[in-house]
Amino acid sequence: MTEYAKPIKRRKIKGDAAWGYAFIAVALLVFAMFTLYPVISALIISFQKYKPIGSEFVGFENYTETFKDKLFWKAIVNTVVYTVLTVPVSLLLSFAVSIMILPLKKKMQTVFKAVYYLPAVASGVALSLVWLWIFDPMPVGIFNKVTSFFGLGTHNWLGSSAYAMFSLVLMAWLSSHGTSIIIYLAALLGIDGSYYEAAELDGASFFQKLWYIVVPCLKPTTLFLLVTGVIGSFQVFQNAYLMTGGGPDNATTMVGLLIFNNAFKYFEFGKAAAQSLVLAAIIAVISFIQFKFLGKDVEY
Amino acid sequence: MSLYNPHAGRPQIRIARNTVLMIILLAFALATLFPIYYMIISSFGEPVEAGAMDYKLVPSSFSLESYKFFFEFSEYTYRWLLNSLIVATTVMVTNVLFASMAGYAFSKIQFKGRAAIFSLLLIAMMIPYQVTQVPLYILIVNIFEIQNTYTALILPGLVTVYNIFLAKQFMGSIPNEILECAKIEGCNQFQIYFRIILPLSKTVLAVMAILTFMDNWNTFFWPFLVTNSMDMQTIQVGLKNFRFANTTYFAPMMAGATISALPMFILFFSLQKYFLEGVTVGAVKG
Repeated sequence: MTEYAKPIKRRKIKGDAAWGYAFIAVALLVFAMFTLYPVISALIISFQKYKPIGSEFVGFENYTETFKDKLFWKAIVNTVVYTVLTVPVSLLLSFAVSIMILPLKKKMQTVFKAVYYLPAVASGVALSLVWLWIFDPMPVGIFNKVTSFFGLGTHNWLGSSAYAMFSLVLMAWLSSHGTSIIIYLAALLGIDGSYYEAAELDGASFFQKLWYIVVPCLKPTTLFLLVTGVIGSFQVFQNAYLMTGGGPDNATTMVGLLIFNNAFKYFEFGKAAAQSLVLAAIIAVISFIQFKFLGKDVEY
Repeated sequence: MSLYNPHAGRPQIRIARNTVLMIILLAFALATLFPIYYMIISSFGEPVEAGAMDYKLVPSSFSLESYKFFFEFSEYTYRWLLNSLIVATTVMVTNVLFASMAGYAFSKIQFKGRAAIFSLLLIAMMIPYQVTQVPLYILIVNIFEIQNTYTALILPGLVTVYNIFLAKQFMGSIPNEILECAKIEGCNQFQIYFRIILPLSKTVLAVMAILTFMDNWNTFFWPFLVTNSMDMQTIQVGLKNFRFANTTYFAPMMAGATISALPMFILFFSLQKYFLEGVTVGAVKG
């Protein structure tokens, strides 16, 4: 029996394997051509002085120049400042909002989720145009009206190096929390009710339940949002490019924008490639550290 | 048995508490929606230079002149919308097709190297796009020499690793028994994919389609890099050009922004369920 069954089975597996390769063929081709090849190519270009024909090999020059470049370090500092100011605040804000949405009726929950998510649907270009006018430096500008109402005076928000970074941060605070609110809320609804029950029997207050049950239960979610938030923030490019162009005096030049400028403004492809790989390394190290120190007791 | 005290005996306390929460949430919602509200009401203003006007939070007049101004800016304004539609639709269709095929293969078909290939895809997902942007530009512009074509706009996004991952995650939860039954009935792998997997994965594919369409409608960077004539630009790139050409025309700029965002708002309000589901699907456990 087994002698007959075996070849049939084997043939079937072989046939299935062929289907498997056929099904991933297009995806693999696209991946190889538009992701894998560019990554390898970036590595090669980073050691070259790139020219369309006959690039010359320059060793580590692009890297050493990058590390000597004051602007590169300034961009790193700007990126870190932007990340530190936006990501934790966004997380805290989303956490607080999702806790407040929780006791509401299902219908109201959906309404608020939709409202907070709406800015994520509008294009970044459209939103940056609106914010550009909200930050109008003239006294009639909307944001200036708000600040002068509170006695804080009027400022040249995007045009002065003291306020440009803050303006970009404020914009991020008010338009990028929809996704994290929805994810937090889903996680909150997934917490087993028996934990609360046990805590109530012990006479735990609302804040005790929040601190001893909700915060630990949501740790994987927080870690996920933190890591993806930091990764996204380190690559930030569009708002800085469209709203300040990196200025004034490079006060808002982030690494993403610096790489773009080197590549497509000055056409220094080698330098841009080297800097992008340094950025990739930094992101990898930071993500690793976050998992190592915050993900210790997180199970997946 | 929940985070909040149910105040079972005294419903008025619960109502009061929820009202306070609602007010805080509403205030935050207003701050979130303000830019969008401001964009839409300002777009109905007259197309005059900004110096001659004051910003109003409540519209005093209603005029469509600014929309006319925006469309008359270049003869290609309608073309930008059409280009965005063509690119976003094509990329959406190819992603649903190829990502669902690959997702099925990675989750249900045994073949050599499956795990290795899939891990390679996942690792690649963590590489920032800045790394690939320069070589990709060189590939499209210098090697293939196809800049300023639909092919250049569509090809790199044909199928994304994220969508493959999404499909694989979902299809992994389809019970194997169903597939084995189909096999015994004499279905080949393509028939299983087409008649069983696709109908069972409708939801995740709808989510994928919508999010992919939105991403590509809203994307600015790649079309901005590979297009160099007005007639091939997408609406986002066109909007940016309009801004730099008319830096002081406030209302027309808002009209343009509204036009670029409106299709997504309509899509969002009609398919809200899928959008909101799309955020959590495949994102987190626990």
